Amino acid sequence: MLSMPDDVILQVTDLVKHFPIEAGFFRKKQIGAIRAVDGVSIAVQKGKTLGLVGESGCGKTTTARAILRALEPTSGSVLFRTREGIVDMARLGAADLKKARADMQMIFQDPYSSLNSRLPIMDIIAEPLKSHGYPKAEREERVKELLELVGLRAEYARRYPHSFSGGQRQRIGVARALALNPALIVADEPVSALDVSVQAQVLNLLLDLQEQFGLSYVFIGHDLSVVRYICDQVAVMYLGKIVELADVDALYEDPRHPYTSTLLLAVPDANPHAPWRQDTVKGEVTGDEREIVGCSFAPRCRYAQDICREKTPELQNVNADSTHLSACHFASEITLEGVS
Amino acid sequence: MKVGVLMDKMDQDHILEVQDLTVKFLMDEGTVHAVNGVSFVVPAGKSVGIVGESGCGKTVSSYSITQLLPKSARLTGRILFRERDGQVTNITNLTPDGKEMRRIRGKEIAMIFQEPMSSLSPVHTICNQLSEAMLQFQGMTKRQARTRAVELLQLVGIPYAERRVDEYPFQLSGGMRQRVMIAMALSRNPRVLIADEPTTALDVTLQAQVLRLIQDMQNEFNLSLVLITHDLGVVAHMVDHVCIMYMGQIVESGPVKEIYDDPKHPYTKGLMNSIPKLRGRRGERVVPISGSVPSAYAVQTGCPFCERCPERSKRCTQGIPQRVKIGSEHYVCCHLYQSGKEEQDVINA
Repeated sequence: MLSMPDDVILQVTDLVKHFPIEAGFFRKKQIGAIRAVDGVSIAVQKGKTLGLVGESGCGKTTTARAILRALEPTSGSVLFRTREGIVDMARLGAADLKKARADMQMIFQDPYSSLNSRLPIMDIIAEPLKSHGYPKAEREERVKELLELVGLRAEYARRYPHSFSGGQRQRIGVARALALNPALIVADEPVSALDVSVQAQVLNLLLDLQEQFGLSYVFIGHDLSVVRYICDQVAVMYLGKIVELADVDALYEDPRHPYTSTLLLAVPDANPHAPWRQDTVKGEVTGDEREIVGCSFAPRCRYAQDICREKTPELQNVNADSTHLSACHFASEITLEGVS
Repeated sequence: MKVGVLMDKMDQDHILEVQDLTVKFLMDEGTVHAVNGVSFVVPAGKSVGIVGESGCGKTVSSYSITQLLPKSARLTGRILFRERDGQVTNITNLTPDGKEMRRIRGKEIAMIFQEPMSSLSPVHTICNQLSEAMLQFQGMTKRQARTRAVELLQLVGIPYAERRVDEYPFQLSGGMRQRVMIAMALSRNPRVLIADEPTTALDVTLQAQVLRLIQDMQNEFNLSLVLITHDLGVVAHMVDHVCIMYMGQIVESGPVKEIYDDPKHPYTKGLMNSIPKLRGRRGERVVPISGSVPSAYAVQTGCPFCERCPERSKRCTQGIPQRVKIGSEHYVCCHLYQSGKEEQDVINA
């Protein structure tokens, strides 16, 4: 029997997703693997938001997709609390997976490509209901309810996506994700394609819905200001691994991994008086297929010692109540700058 | 429509002045008023930011300066540029593909674009692309151009420049490509650099590096910078003076600290309140601006922001507000401040 703590809705353990690199024309042979996700363990509390942050190519989207099993994970388990008990998403058969997905939905980054331009809004939002066998009359009723829930008018159901702005389209994407009353929503950069004035509308909508329905979110983002605004806990990823995981304020104010500190200090805050450090890190992400010996951030890290290049650091507690984890050999020795 | 006072002469300290610029696009579906009476100045050696959401006309304004607009564009107003010998040239009088404009474009006013992958040719080496202008305009030999290309790559911080110079853009990362773009823009020692969302496609640590490079180059070559962006964070740290654009108009402009500390226009206030802050307190809600940007085909009879404005009144729908000076360099286009000015005028009279 699968089990996890009562207040946890999703528990990912040692999730791995490798993409094979093949060579050869007639006989394909695997010559290596891209380690997009390399042993990720996270847990999402009921009614809370876990943020996944990192630069492009760090594996945050792959993690999200592997959680939903939109991608087949290479190994690891994804325990998820559905209405009918705990399941391991990574091992479910097709029929059970479909059932489980009613409780776990996704919001996509690009509100332009994620809505089918040939379908009216009614059909787009009703799609998950249809695939789960709801009768037509019920579907139409629910779509109208959902449109109003996300702040659009019920009459809009007949219109096509082209007549909506980016922010409205993202609301439609949210309505579709809510159609089956999920408990968990995986949101992959849901506001990064939106203009600032509209971004706030969608962020507040997500917060309101969370309050109203007790939703849990996995929120993927690269904008650290947005992540601070919406998340309760944050996991920082670097080259397929989690390097730091903590409650949002602890992570921002007292980062314990050099990469987290680097990221935070590199953000130009929308305040001309706030400090901005542009020289915190040299170089850029070196993405290649070789297995990295030691800490993957070591080549760019100013604190790197010999041990960092020899031994891979484990994600370890840095405080007594084990809410703050860091994968750095010197997590408790170095003092790092955060943002207050 | 007039915005502000048109100056006959250009201020001695200014290298670029845009005066009452309007750009219309005649499309099959109607006329798009992309830029509606925009005026701003760039003092020599200083940096000016143009901020706004997508479709506000910030890119069109910058393309007007280098005359890179498509043929369907109709442009009025004046764009004055101070030459090295002190003469003033009105760029709008020049033919876009004429000799004079080709001299100014690149040599005097250079541009870097948002997407380095689509602005570089995928089928030419970095060396070929960097040396194209040198061979064309500076009469260098191939060997000289190559040496100069390597120098430029070193200047913008590309490691192993001698090897990199023979590579193709796809072999470089996004940050490296943007560095190549900057090297190309600097190759003819321009005096004005227009950077159109130069770091929007980059991650935050790379963004910091590239912006740092732009600042270094600005200091080293005494460049005047026009930075176009939607990112209020980038602008806060990169420029001296900021212009906030909405629907083709500059609704507020002023020194960057003044605008951030004490925004006057309801749109600027709305923008400032709608972004989550990195150093924000938890539980403090951001306040979005209601509604969305009106259609580009809409004809403005009142203030362009009035539909979304929390402080609107009847007069806002009736006339386009004039630009009002409210600080030594702080201007705002809003009826809220208009009345005060009129009363002031009456008192003065």
